Amino acid sequence: MLEIKDISKRFVKRLDVAAKIANRLGASAKEEVVHAVDGVSIAINKGEVVGLVGESGCGKSTLGRMVAGILEPTSGEIHYKGNAVAAKTGKDAAEAALQIQMIFQDPFASLNPRMRVEDIIGEAPVLHGIVAASEKVSYVEQVMLRVGLDPEYRRRYPHQFSGGQRQRIGIARALAVKPDFLVCDEAIAALDVSIQAQVINLFMDLRRDLDLTYLFISHDLSVVEHISDRVVIMYLGRIVEVSPTDELFEKTNHPYTTALLNEVPRVEMRGLDYQPISGEIPSPLDPPTGCHFHPRCLHAMDRCAAERPELREISPGRLAACHLNDDK
Amino acid sequence: MSEIQQTTRDVNPDILLVETPFQRFMADFLEDRVAVVSLGVLIGIIFIALFAPLISPMDPYDLAKVTILNGKLPPGSQSMDGVTYWLGTDGAGRGLLSSIFYGLRISLGVGVASAVVALCIGASIGLVAAYYGGRTDTIIMRIVDIQLSFPAILVALVLLAVLGKGIDKIIIALVIVQWAYYARTVRASALVERNKEYVEAATCLALGDRRILFRHLLPNCMPPLIVVGTVQTAHAISLEATLSFLGVGLPITEPSLGLLIANGFEYMLSEKYWISFFPGVALLITIVSINLVGDQLRDILNPRLQK
Ligand SMILES: Nc1ncnc2c1ncn2[C@@H]1O[C@H](COP(=O)(O)OP(=O)(O)O)[C@@H](O)[C@H]1O
Ligand code: SF4
Ligand SMILES: [Mg+2]
Repeated sequence: MLEIKDISKRFVKRLDVAAKIANRLGASAKEEVVHAVDGVSIAINKGEVVGLVGESGCGKSTLGRMVAGILEPTSGEIHYKGNAVAAKTGKDAAEAALQIQMIFQDPFASLNPRMRVEDIIGEAPVLHGIVAASEKVSYVEQVMLRVGLDPEYRRRYPHQFSGGQRQRIGIARALAVKPDFLVCDEAIAALDVSIQAQVINLFMDLRRDLDLTYLFISHDLSVVEHISDRVVIMYLGRIVEVSPTDELFEKTNHPYTTALLNEVPRVEMRGLDYQPISGEIPSPLDPPTGCHFHPRCLHAMDRCAAERPELREISPGRLAACHLNDDK
Repeated sequence: MSEIQQTTRDVNPDILLVETPFQRFMADFLEDRVAVVSLGVLIGIIFIALFAPLISPMDPYDLAKVTILNGKLPPGSQSMDGVTYWLGTDGAGRGLLSSIFYGLRISLGVGVASAVVALCIGASIGLVAAYYGGRTDTIIMRIVDIQLSFPAILVALVLLAVLGKGIDKIIIALVIVQWAYYARTVRASALVERNKEYVEAATCLALGDRRILFRHLLPNCMPPLIVVGTVQTAHAISLEATLSFLGVGLPITEPSLGLLIANGFEYMLSEKYWISFFPGVALLITIVSINLVGDQLRDILNPRLQK
């Protein structure tokens, strides 16, 4: 249903006038380029829940924003149901793209503090003609019920709700435009542990009832484990491994995935060698050559520093990008 | 259904406090004595300005009532027809109290009108600069920098020399020298707001640029804008007074406080101080009270100072 073809996103920090003048005079300030997402391709099927996992700063949010049409890719294409997804800057391009909505991490920053809940939820559906203005209130009440909010609170402001409730408001806002694909960017990371499970359950109920497809972003593999059908692992802007969830937890392929999995404290792993990932995450401004992971990889070879490993199929439905797979 | 009831019960003690941001704001404001007093004075001044024709002892511009025979009476003296002039009269025999009431009307009107127009223009420009960024932002902010690097009074003098006298002309001049403050203020807060997730959510919901700018970004940039708005209103009033005093602002038919001060200035040395003095005091009280209210607003609206 969703097909991402070789998309990249570069953020360029342009030189200001002072630096330009300094350069004229012989200084060598360079434009800083962050390769936030670097040649990523994945296809997501209808009804699937795909977990996107990686350390902070590896480009998960950037990828999610491009899928949701908030950011324009620097290169590459995203096709949804066969149509290209354009960034939603122009209003016309938008209507079709309402089908992909995003749930955000921060339950405080993601709701406009100056709007009442009924406007936060009801603004877009009325504007796009999904409901008549006269039916806004009853529509909003219906959506609020759907996500487990008391409709009586519809005239309140976001600051009058708890974190979990705010996140439900954000979910209601997205659902109100009848999407069929949700990008959830660390959607439970900022919540109390006791509330995380409730919100995850809500996501799963919605998936069942509304036939939704999810791209579920998290830095934490254990969150994704219970809800995803497939897991995509990213490292410094690139996909390093794609695998059905159960197979991944049975046996990892990429050394980075192995290291990530070892970081998750797991009951069945107690007593085994605990090997946290050594070393810092390299700066995305200046990523390592070849395989981005080689400075931290226990299995690094000469070739790893020189040559970028391609993402290849290693068994049906599983992909990985590591030179170790070539020797087998 | 039972599941819903269960899940809505995420704890939140706040939930009982059904107050709007505005109510919270008013509660903060009323806690401060200086704020309350200066606000009281300011409301009084606005009241006088609005209802000057109804509460003035006389109409100082009704030629039938003004007579040169009552000219230059000192404060508290009685005229021949038995009227007491508490603040004295000017050279033409107009009661100063009434002149000040009418002058306040003009001074305040010019200040508020130019501030409102400059705010609307400046805020729109600043929002656009912050939201679109890149080249648009660079060009707009260069213009703002250039504008702000000239002294306001100098620019206004030159403009009025070209435009001529009149209320509309001075409002235009004041708007031109002041829009840049608003643009810079709004841009600074919009740059912060723009990166918040609710703006991304609005983009994702395809609400359209104009709605995002004015319905989502602008309301969240209001607090600093209100503060700058009050301070700049005071600034506009004193600029207008200065320009009128210098004789390039308002025509003699529309005497603001500045013009009243100018009219009495020639008598200052002949001990008839009151003709300039009382309009000056009125101007001072107006400007100080607006600034005090502005300061209090800043303290209350500044999130860093919030308890
Ligand atoms: N708007 C932006 N401008 C410049 N750099 C950015 C921007 N957004 C993200 N980045 C950079 O891109 C990289 C990936 O960021 P992000 O997608 O937020 O990672 P993640 O969500 O995985 O933590 C980071 O190095 C970040 O600094
Ligand atoms: S390619 Fe080399 S450095 Fe990269 S993960 Fe595989 S073994 Fe390690
Ligand atoms: Mg992120």
